[in-house]
Amino acid sequence: MSWSQFWQYAAANAWLGVVPALIGLVIAVPVGIACVRWRLLYPPVLSATNVIYAIPSLALFVVLIDYTGLGNLTLLIPLTLFSLCVLVPNVVDGLRSVPDPVRQAATAMGFGPTRRLLQVELPLAIPVVIAGLRIAVVSSISLVSVGALIGVNSLGYFFIDGLQRSFNEEIYAAIVGIIVIALLADLILVLVRRLLTPWSRSRGRDGRGGAAASAGVPETEQAVLAEGMAR
Amino acid sequence: MSFLSFAWDWLKSPAQWSGSGDIQLRILQHLYYTGLALVVAALIALPLGVLIGHYGRGGFLVVNLANAWRAIPTLGLLVLLVVLFGFNTVTWLLPLVVLAIPAILVNAYEGVAGVDADLKDAARGMGMTDGQILRKVEIPVALPLIMLGLRTGAIFVVATATIEAEIGLGGLGRYIIDGLATSNYGEVAGGAVLVVILALLVQVVFVGLRYLVVPAPLRAQARAS
Repeated sequence: MSWSQFWQYAAANAWLGVVPALIGLVIAVPVGIACVRWRLLYPPVLSATNVIYAIPSLALFVVLIDYTGLGNLTLLIPLTLFSLCVLVPNVVDGLRSVPDPVRQAATAMGFGPTRRLLQVELPLAIPVVIAGLRIAVVSSISLVSVGALIGVNSLGYFFIDGLQRSFNEEIYAAIVGIIVIALLADLILVLVRRLLTPWSRSRGRDGRGGAAASAGVPETEQAVLAEGMAR
Repeated sequence: MSFLSFAWDWLKSPAQWSGSGDIQLRILQHLYYTGLALVVAALIALPLGVLIGHYGRGGFLVVNLANAWRAIPTLGLLVLLVVLFGFNTVTWLLPLVVLAIPAILVNAYEGVAGVDADLKDAARGMGMTDGQILRKVEIPVALPLIMLGLRTGAIFVVATATIEAEIGLGGLGRYIIDGLATSNYGEVAGGAVLVVILALLVQVVFVGLRYLVVPAPLRAQARAS
């Protein structure tokens, strides 16, 4: 193991983990909005996420090999799907957690449905959505390593190589590398949430009892972290 | 759908259904690994989560630690334990237990901590002791979330038990890993299909289990939330 190889694979691991979570977010927001607007849509969507979520990542990787080859796409598609499964329920929960009085106040101030969504409901949903994004990012950074079993290079490569050569230091380094990347991404998301929801900063250590509580929202963000994904 | 036809050709061959390493054996092995890991994880995480929720201390730490915990790459932990301690029960079991703990722990904690304070007051007013409140009020009310945690944990473990084949364990992952090593795509596809079906069945079992365990008045409520 050379350090240049390590850094190269660490960078691959980082972006292969972060990109699917971000694509997942971009898809999950409109899907979540649609599920809130048309209530009948949500139960089937939720069932679909439960089904996809149960599929082992390795199985999904090998299914895709036939179509997308041994490239990054074979990793990005399943990880995006898993991220979606975490994020869609979060977007829905976040939007639903906006209390009716807040919605009515916005309407009374002359906000139309679109402006109310963009300027009131989505901002108030941010803590819950970011809680989901934290799970998606951390899990997919960790899951990227499984791709090493089908030959997509990331820090997971050192697990396979280390096992074959009984090269312990290589395995330590890769585990620490993955955890550090995941925690850094997690930290960035916490900071982003603080920047985007300045009203929650003044109260509570972690946003608990912040905007959500003052607006009468249950502490959904904590509850949302109860879910997760990892394989 | 060349993938499915590969899988089907492999699955319908009688050779897979008899002899050593047949599909029946692999499924049983897979279920054994999953069940054992889930039981051990539940024995650790359920009491811990319930007690932390009951006493209301350390919840912030639990929730945030659980998220950091998810960063631990299971494959990495697995190979690390193997190179350090060789191949034994603990080596293959521990990573699966580690994987299942956060979901079970955090849901048990959230379930118990989220019990309505008025409900606990009413129970205390009826003369219940602390222990009775925990057993007769908090745990039953928390059951929907506790079951969700167990289901999530089970899904993680059933899915991840697949990669245990990399260190030489049996189970359905054997087909995927062996198939990849010998470029036998039919075997890879067949194994993938089997493990997906098994994962979905486990999920269905847990949905049924939840229906049996959760008191009737709480079912609708949990579905709504």
